Amino acid sequence: MALLRLFWVQLTSMRTALLLLLTLALVAIPGSLLPQRPIAPIRVSDWKAANPAVADLYEAIGLFDVYGSPWFAAVYLLLTVSLIGCIVPRIQVYAKALRQPPPRTPKRLDRLPASVAGATALSADEALTAAEGVLRAKRFRVRREGDSVAAERGHLREFGNLLFHLSFALMLLGVAWNTLWSYKGEVIVVEGQAFSNNLTQYDDFSAGSQFKPANLQPFTIWVDTFTAKFETGEVQRGAARVFEADVRVAHGDGAPEEARIEVNHPLVVDGTQVHLIGHGYAPVVTVTDPEGNVAFSGPVVFLPQDGNFTSLGVIKAPDARPNYLGFEGFFLPTAVVDQQGPHSVFPDALAPELFVNVWTGAPREETGRPESVYSLTKDGLEQMTTDDGKVVTFRIAPGQAIDLPDGSSLSFDDWRRWTKLQVSSEPGLWLVIGAVGLAVAGMMLSMYVRPRRLWLRIVDTPDGPRVEAGGLDRAESSTGLADDVAELAASAGVEDAARTQEVGP
Amino acid sequence: MIEAYSSLPMVASAVIYLLAMMAHAAEWAAARRPVEVPERVLVGSGGSEPAASEPEAEHRVTLFGRIGVALTVVGALAHVVGVVLRGVAADRLPWGNMYEFVTSSLAFAVVFYLVLVWRRGWTWLGLPVTLLLSVGQGLAVTVFYVAIAPLVPALHSVWFIIHIVAAAISAAAFNVGAIAAILYLIRERAERKGTVRGYLARLPKAAALDDFSFRVHRFAFPLWTFVILAGAIWADYAWGRFWGWDPKETWSLVTWVVYAAYLHARVTAGWKGVRAAWLAVLGVVTFWFNFVGVNLLTVGLHSYAGI
Repeated sequence: MALLRLFWVQLTSMRTALLLLLTLALVAIPGSLLPQRPIAPIRVSDWKAANPAVADLYEAIGLFDVYGSPWFAAVYLLLTVSLIGCIVPRIQVYAKALRQPPPRTPKRLDRLPASVAGATALSADEALTAAEGVLRAKRFRVRREGDSVAAERGHLREFGNLLFHLSFALMLLGVAWNTLWSYKGEVIVVEGQAFSNNLTQYDDFSAGSQFKPANLQPFTIWVDTFTAKFETGEVQRGAARVFEADVRVAHGDGAPEEARIEVNHPLVVDGTQVHLIGHGYAPVVTVTDPEGNVAFSGPVVFLPQDGNFTSLGVIKAPDARPNYLGFEGFFLPTAVVDQQGPHSVFPDALAPELFVNVWTGAPREETGRPESVYSLTKDGLEQMTTDDGKVVTFRIAPGQAIDLPDGSSLSFDDWRRWTKLQVSSEPGLWLVIGAVGLAVAGMMLSMYVRPRRLWLRIVDTPDGPRVEAGGLDRAESSTGLADDVAELAASAGVEDAARTQEVGP
Repeated sequence: MIEAYSSLPMVASAVIYLLAMMAHAAEWAAARRPVEVPERVLVGSGGSEPAASEPEAEHRVTLFGRIGVALTVVGALAHVVGVVLRGVAADRLPWGNMYEFVTSSLAFAVVFYLVLVWRRGWTWLGLPVTLLLSVGQGLAVTVFYVAIAPLVPALHSVWFIIHIVAAAISAAAFNVGAIAAILYLIRERAERKGTVRGYLARLPKAAALDDFSFRVHRFAFPLWTFVILAGAIWADYAWGRFWGWDPKETWSLVTWVVYAAYLHARVTAGWKGVRAAWLAVLGVVTFWFNFVGVNLLTVGLHSYAGI
């Protein structure tokens, strides 16, 4: 029990809080220098492949997920407990202090950091009443007792301090709430297609443990056009300039309304945010099999691989007969072929081309097993060759079609843009933002309010009543104490107050 | 066209700040040699009162000091003109990349310093401030410079104004506060050892330096909190999440935590004074790392902040 008590006293001491703060700063650093799995899983695998010597050790101690690791949680939880342990007793002290009148006038006012003494022409009662009036006008809390007046101001400083620390705890609460109930999903939508807010529609989805699929607001978004513009001038050539998606939104079963989504201007549908977070190209193709049937037709999403949107993708025609047909290759919005091979030199579609090779094999059985739409499973497939044994590979531009040796054909009809939408709900956000706002307000109060105590006493001397006044500041970095004391003495009728120098900085 | 009119005064200001720094260095050197005044008087004097026994030497010291301040005023004029013209040429506020952020932030710093010189006569800040200005502007015009370009869509937001101007002002304040903390450490050591002479005698007393440093940080810290808050709100608009442990976000939190530790240290026995001042220095180091290191070394969403 005594040990527990000692632990508690240690934990809630300011020195421990200080060390915990510095530890928090220290342990947050590795996460900014190493790739983190929740943010960039692919970069984590790349990094581990490049540094095999330390990869396992780093993995074991959670360096690839610092902010979800137990030791990071330990530091901030200890800090929170320490903070609450610090603040609760202080709230009690503060509540008591609020109810107490200003402290009694000390015996020796001339020992205070600032003091003034002098004769007054007023009577003792007049002098005290005048001083009291001045103090009240300056919003001091005043206590008049016998031959003296005691005054105090600046309770808001400690209030601000407490508010700041409480807001900090409140913010953590908001973050926790948000983590439990929030969700975030991503979906790629090609121009002309639609998305309904339904779990099955997402390409990628993550949510807090309290999330239920019923929390998804029912709405549908049709992406009509997506506009992207890029810098064509000399400076920052190819940098993004405009991204806009013109959409129609229907709430539940309601009628669609037109809307526009831009970067920094998410669409808000029934409290759910829809962000534009990515885009790319989808060539529109038609695959005709040797029997003359259309085996596949429509846009195919290709994934950008670099800043100029050299995009990788596959076109699958599982229904082609007699053989399965698959195409693998690149979509290049501004195609150039040089020593590096085919690649794109500008992100906009100035000279789009498709570079593909063809895979073929026996038709596959429907297994019902999901298969990635971005990669071709090559089991049982082989590359198509010409009669003289050359691998079939070709480039075509929109509007062109190519006949393959087996009698099938691929026509590159057109291209469209696709956009990646992120749908997210963050129910605790307002609490987090409000708490930080309160914390800033509390911080200002605790730093700028200057608590001050002033006293004034009337002493009877043979020469008539004499005024003694003094003051004390309870905050560092305050100014004007001597002025306040002099003014107080003057209000009680002291004419040429023998001012003593204010001590200290 | 206007772009050239912006770059020219910017380069000029870097050169003029360098000259001002040399003048202040000469001031320090000149103050070092002749003064042999009894120490007690000096310790007591504080402030910017002259500490000379030989009028001629003292004259030389103040002359160098005045030249330094005069050059800084000229440099500041060129600097502010450069920043304003950059904004006019780009047709937006001039803090869209690293070059623009450094020059804007240092413009706030130099104006703040000149106000202190004007209102309080604090020329003792001259050498460290002109050092900061010439290094900062020098790096900006040589290493960080990029030609004017419009903003990427992610920066098209009202938060571009609010978030970044607050960051630039707190940057200026953190740097000035750190300078005061370093001067405090030097002066405090000299006072402890009883070796306050030469230029150190012209500095305010250690306690006053510490107090000034605190006042600057007291201004900067809530503002920095606001910078992070504004950044989080903006991040929510732009990326759909208010906090994602992006390196820039992480380091802004690290900076915040170090300064929070500084404020706590100031009221903790055993940490007051020297240790607290070191925390202020550590704070500005994390700030600079966030600005230079994170922009250039790490991969994150704030990539457009780089060169």
